[in-house]
Amino acid sequence: MENKRTCLYDKHVALGALISPFGGFDMPIQYSNIVDEHNAVRQACGVFDVSHMGEVLVTGAESEKFVNHIFTNDVTGAPDGKIYYGMMCHPSGGVVDDLLVYKMAPQRYFLVINASNIDKDVAWIMEHAKAFDVVVEHQSDKYGEVAVQGPKTEEIIERVLGIPCKELAFYTCKELEYNGETIIISRTGYTGEDGFELYGSHAFTNEVWDKLLASGEVKPCGLGCRDTLRFEVGLPLYGDELTDDITPLEAGLGIFVKLEKDFIGKEALAAQKSEGLKRKIVGIELKDKAIPRHGYEVEADGKVVGVVTTGYNSISTGKSVCMAMVDIEYAKLDTEVAVRIRKKVFPGVVTKKRFYDKNYKK
Amino acid sequence: MSTILEGLRYAESHEYVKVEGEFGYVGITDYAQHELGNVVYVDMPDVDDEVTAGEDFGAVESVKAASDLISPVSGVVVEVNEALNDSPELVNSDPYANWIIKVKLSDPSEADALMDAAAYKAFINE
Repeated sequence: MENKRTCLYDKHVALGALISPFGGFDMPIQYSNIVDEHNAVRQACGVFDVSHMGEVLVTGAESEKFVNHIFTNDVTGAPDGKIYYGMMCHPSGGVVDDLLVYKMAPQRYFLVINASNIDKDVAWIMEHAKAFDVVVEHQSDKYGEVAVQGPKTEEIIERVLGIPCKELAFYTCKELEYNGETIIISRTGYTGEDGFELYGSHAFTNEVWDKLLASGEVKPCGLGCRDTLRFEVGLPLYGDELTDDITPLEAGLGIFVKLEKDFIGKEALAAQKSEGLKRKIVGIELKDKAIPRHGYEVEADGKVVGVVTTGYNSISTGKSVCMAMVDIEYAKLDTEVAVRIRKKVFPGVVTKKRFYDKNYKK
Repeated sequence: MSTILEGLRYAESHEYVKVEGEFGYVGITDYAQHELGNVVYVDMPDVDDEVTAGEDFGAVESVKAASDLISPVSGVVVEVNEALNDSPELVNSDPYANWIIKVKLSDPSEADALMDAAAYKAFINE
């Protein structure tokens, strides 16, 4: 099947980006190199084309009840403009997808889902919506999206784009008029840095992209550094740390699971919590610079006790680190484990899965 | 435009060997380092390890991926480039000065079967 392209695809090609398939789209992986792009976001400002993300609008009299039914977090009584992170789960507790829910207005919720799961999620949402008085609109083709990330972002968006954003708190959003259309801006991101995400028409997305690059103060950044950035601050990626077979509790995302309300998967997750986890995602820091990568085995006591979900030589710290799903007996901090990398076994130690401190503006 | 040096021999897997008498210096080509991007780790064999033409002897790791190193020649490793342990990025800055292993060749004529500079240039289509 032919991959889809975002509304900025031609711009990526013109910039000489390395293009690779991701989530059904041909996406820019890097423009210059991953290290420079990563550092631009940590130190200044970078812009990502994230138009591949999916958008679903839920409206109607029972929209709050419905969102709560399919979502692990609790949107009851949410103020307008508030954003929630959480998951949609199978009855088994495994994750259909992780997503953001934007409470835009009374009875209006904007769901942002992963590109790789768009078809699965839309089918899931539509199916479960049948029992509720809601209207579900799949809007992925309508919206382009850019993520502008890094410590200088707020000032640059206000000055270069003329979009006021200072007053937006972390994980809140607003709609505003821009060139005659309604756009959405939120203080969110996937890098561990302060930043914003902007949703609007394809024309708006192109205009924002062009203005930011023309300023000379914003570096175009590809999905390569998006992954190294999110990894360093311990944020999960669906497909690595979350799958249909991994529960949010195993992934260490229990604070986004509200067991005091009802939702699909609640019984399984409540049972898992009361019985205790059998495995869990941890951080591992290796003593050597060899790089643990997705799928490599974690060993201890002469046996395989887990598998690496994501690993890198951390660009910000220079250490070889990974997130890994390990048997619970080996999940305690400071437990000595090893990762098999090609023919050798490299010793390491269990750490927190945050390898670099977030720098959010809250 | 990748740098390709005359006098070296090149493998389709983008390693080169520079033969000097009974020794061969093996590294990756400029084209390969460019394709890999920022090299962050070079997994090298130990001295006295045997290498065999066509078989892997280590890996070069960029931020995103690990790429096997395939030996273009057979022999015994007599030296590894220790500088790459602390500064793997040398492979990016000058891949020909920064060979990865020095091999005592079991058959110096083995390298003749590899591509010369002109053939490699055509191979990478530049």
